[in-house]
Amino acid sequence: MNDAQMIQTDLGTVLTREEIRQIDTELAHVPYKAGAAIDALKIVQTQRGWVSDESLRAIAKHLEMSAEELDGVATFYNLIYRRPVGEKVILFCDSVSCWICGCDGIKAKISAKLGVDYGETTTDNQYTLLPVPCLGACDRAPVMMVGDDLITHLDEAKIDQLFSDVTVEDSASEGEQ
Amino acid sequence: MPTIFVDGQELQVKEGANVLEACLSAGIDLPYFCWHPSMGSIGSCRQCAVVQYQNAEDTNGRIVMGCMTPVSEGARFSLNSGSGADQDIDNAVDEAADVTTVEASIDVPTKVPDKGREFRQAVIESLMLNHPHDCPVCAEGGECHLQDMTVMVGHRDRRYRGLKNTHRNQYLGPLISHEMNRCITCYRCERFYTDYAGGTDLSAQASHDHVYFGRHQDGVLESEFSGNLVEVCPTGVFTDKPLLKQYSRKWDLQSAPSICTGCAVGCNILPGERYGKLKRIHNRYNDEVNGYFLCDRGRFGSGYINSDERLNYAGVRDFNGEFSAIKGGEAIEIAARWMKTQEGAKNTQKIVGIGSPRASLEANYLLRELVGKEHFAAGFGDRESQVIHRIAAILKTTRAKNPSIKQMETADAVLILGEDVTHTAPRVALGLRQAVRNKAYELAKQAGLAVWQDAAVRNLAQDQRSPMIIVSATETRLDDIASQTVSLAPQEIALFGHAVARAIAGQPSDDAAVNEAAAALKNAQRPLVVSGSSMLHSAIVDSAAAVADALLADSTPTDSTPTDSSPTDSTPASCNSMLSFCLPECNSLGLALLSEEQETISRLLDRADQIDVLVILENNLSRRISEQQINKLTSSGIRIIALELLDNDLLASCDLVLSAASYAESEGTLVSSEGRAQRYYPVFPEAYERRASWQWLLDLAAASGHSELAELQHFDQITEACGASNDLFAPLAGVSPDHNFRSHGQKIPRQTHRASGRTAINADVSVHEPLRKLDPETPLSFSMEGLNRDQPASLTPFYWSPGWNSNQSLQKFQSEVNGPLRGGPVGQRLIEPQTNGISQSSDFTPLRIVQKGTWQLVPIYRVHGSDELSVRTAEVAELAGEAFIAISSELAAKLEVVDGDGVKINLVAAAGIDSFELSLSVKILTRVAPNCVAYSAGYSSTLALQPGALAQLSKDPDWQRATPQLIASDRSSHASAPQNNRPSPDTDIDKGRDRGEPPHV
Repeated sequence: MNDAQMIQTDLGTVLTREEIRQIDTELAHVPYKAGAAIDALKIVQTQRGWVSDESLRAIAKHLEMSAEELDGVATFYNLIYRRPVGEKVILFCDSVSCWICGCDGIKAKISAKLGVDYGETTTDNQYTLLPVPCLGACDRAPVMMVGDDLITHLDEAKIDQLFSDVTVEDSASEGEQ
Repeated sequence: MPTIFVDGQELQVKEGANVLEACLSAGIDLPYFCWHPSMGSIGSCRQCAVVQYQNAEDTNGRIVMGCMTPVSEGARFSLNSGSGADQDIDNAVDEAADVTTVEASIDVPTKVPDKGREFRQAVIESLMLNHPHDCPVCAEGGECHLQDMTVMVGHRDRRYRGLKNTHRNQYLGPLISHEMNRCITCYRCERFYTDYAGGTDLSAQASHDHVYFGRHQDGVLESEFSGNLVEVCPTGVFTDKPLLKQYSRKWDLQSAPSICTGCAVGCNILPGERYGKLKRIHNRYNDEVNGYFLCDRGRFGSGYINSDERLNYAGVRDFNGEFSAIKGGEAIEIAARWMKTQEGAKNTQKIVGIGSPRASLEANYLLRELVGKEHFAAGFGDRESQVIHRIAAILKTTRAKNPSIKQMETADAVLILGEDVTHTAPRVALGLRQAVRNKAYELAKQAGLAVWQDAAVRNLAQDQRSPMIIVSATETRLDDIASQTVSLAPQEIALFGHAVARAIAGQPSDDAAVNEAAAALKNAQRPLVVSGSSMLHSAIVDSAAAVADALLADSTPTDSTPTDSSPTDSTPASCNSMLSFCLPECNSLGLALLSEEQETISRLLDRADQIDVLVILENNLSRRISEQQINKLTSSGIRIIALELLDNDLLASCDLVLSAASYAESEGTLVSSEGRAQRYYPVFPEAYERRASWQWLLDLAAASGHSELAELQHFDQITEACGASNDLFAPLAGVSPDHNFRSHGQKIPRQTHRASGRTAINADVSVHEPLRKLDPETPLSFSMEGLNRDQPASLTPFYWSPGWNSNQSLQKFQSEVNGPLRGGPVGQRLIEPQTNGISQSSDFTPLRIVQKGTWQLVPIYRVHGSDELSVRTAEVAELAGEAFIAISSELAAKLEVVDGDGVKINLVAAAGIDSFELSLSVKILTRVAPNCVAYSAGYSSTLALQPGALAQLSKDPDWQRATPQLIASDRSSHASAPQNNRPSPDTDIDKGRDRGEPPHV
């Protein structure tokens, strides 16, 4: 099967018109097509939540790069998700300031509340929990981001409040225990 | 030359070198990983740390990376800092550490003086955190750079008790095995594959402690140079897959200096053998030719030597047309009887010989002498003969230099006429990839950067390259680095070349592309023109010569040497014009120099009725002449004697078949396309009744009563006689020492001093220690006794040095990093540029008129598939795939076909071409000349197609798409079914008789 056929047969493997428009805007700012690689990945991730192998190949084709070259870029950055994530990604800071301010306990609380450890997604596909080295808000530690929101001065009450609508299903954490 | 001090030792070092290079060149063992002599420094592994001191008073010093620190006058460094007393303290501390517990050894107060060594130990220790303890099952074990370095820095005890990172390995095709867990993230694989060789399908992925080197998804590595990963990787991530199937350790391999027979480039190789099987091929360094790298055909394409289809015994055809195996002596007697009867007869034109461009110069020479010059045809196809002899004639008269690959790498403008160099002379293409980087080096020089600052130089240059103009009929594998590509039909390529020549001489063309190419070459200091025989078009090689000549005529003779050009220098090309031709086979040029153009196979066949005996030397004529000609030959009643190594279609029509030894079992001289005569030596003794072709022919000469040849006894004497036969061959005697040469009073051993199992290796047959095979023809012995040290470079059988078990031990054999080998040059150049070259004719009129509705056929070559012998290797055959017809996307749309569909090709009858029809699978090309379609040349199903023939195309409605085949790597594990059932002259008698005598007939 050649590329043309592949694209015809599987719509998941092509870029949408909107994605192409946004990527082309970025392309106008760089001397080499490959220079827009990171932006293109971010654009597709914004649209699709994550960057699948198929999406990655479609971007590579558009940027005239090999899939290997682009994958080298995509996998280098922690925040380009090469595996599916939940609706919102929780970026939980476990760096030194947050650690001093007791982030370990908060993390345990989140894990208990949502039934997920680092790298896992809740069964309702709402949240993915990831560690992050710093969010640049040490003065308000402990902190984390939920989706696009920065949440500061974390404590257990705040966690309860944030995730009040979430109920843990037993099966979610079964395998991990 | 600056002077530096290393541990108090005064070193004269090369200007502009880095400390690591300087140390290694001086013979000082400084560990390293990420640095590679041909790829420069990136300073990523931190292994070559040394301490640098401000001045003589500075006792503290600071840690710097050897590979990233340029040498400067009076600079002071130390590897094992402190000397004398400090050293004693170190030893005392080390000893203390040995007896104390692991815990305690950490707490031993670290002594200040040995910062560098401690640092290097710490680096190794961290690299080893995730490295598995699998050396006993690792193919790299025993030749592992990581093992060597670990021992060198003295890291012995593992303190880390945690889990190791593990990775999923990828399927990378039939040639390379992947084991990511062993990776130490030196990045050499990616730097070689992507930066050096231009591959796009291997990359460094992820970051920090889960870096991964591999493809985006499982699949065959696309680069023609992927095999070098095996040698570039300092540990066992990328290993030789065919070797894994029949594994032996490096120290058990018997090896000898050899020359690759895969194409005409003449790369130097080190094949390794054990149990009578060729196990693997490693690179043999030759600074002028292949440097550190080989192509995949060269590295993996010799599996045919172990093939079941090898001829093991001589065979004679009886009245029923059946072959019976006979003893060698008997075969010679039969042949002599046939030949002798004729000698007394009145007609002297009775015995004729056909030589071979894939046989040694000596064997061809012997055959020519045996049958007489006038009865000897070179064994090229008719058109091939014309082009190759034309190339030989040009090389003999031109004033341009026929460059080595090392010289090609200095070219600052390249014009390629009609070649896909990556497929016709792969190693040259790798050199051309380095040539376009001269622009980057120029920029680096302007910026004050050392050229070994690899990452910085690449960043600086981005995609700025020296000009490379590719004029070809179809897309080539160098298109990605070309400044300009032009798609033209073969006859127009020649016109383009001539137009460029005229433009250089001051007559601009109407074609802007021509003028652009001419300007690029004219502005270059060291322009290079590359062409070759692949289009079988003499006018193309003529036009290439015309360009090279025009560049010389254009220049005013200056004394400037290539190295002293300043960046601002804009003087036109001086006498450094280079002209290189790609030739098809390993001895094409040698044979062309040995033979006359007019004696072609066709001419010989024209007088078939006057011939009684035909001797064919290692030449499968069905690849050279048409089926009709073959039929004419076989039905003519001529007695045909063929010397051959592998069974082929032609042999069934022969009367006597003599089992020839392969290049790995015999000695010979080959002349590369550079005009370099190089010697190969037997790696292992011939098994069964295989004998070197020269040996068969010598016996034949003696038995048939040839008085002059009968006097020759030794291989050396043939070489000598051959050298005396022609002025050009005079340097042959100096190619390599003769068989009487002794190193340290002994023959040079082909086996390492650690070779195991000498007495047990044949225990399944006999428990008695086998008699060592003697080798009276060469200065090498089939033994482990003797010294592999200080011998001439042309006789180095393997690279090993104390402490350096890996191939990196090579640096102990070099005069300096990247320098020539210590033991003198390897090979002798036979042809040097002439001072009074004849100028080439610059005029040419194309003759072919393409009729409407027809397409001109042009050949496409494949590194895996187009070569006759290598494709008889299972892995190569798998990569070669099926024959194809390659067309433009417009034509595909018109024919309503996509990749993999079938197209019916109707050859239009013309002079010498009969109308003919066949169907081939379609490949769609991105770039192809107007009115041209390309076919995979050299594939057995496309032998009837000729370059330049006209064809009509139509979709083949009955075409069956190829179904995915069982891959070769799986096939060997399903080995219950025989791979090939074709009858061969000797397969029947061979069954179950691996070591026995031939049966009595």
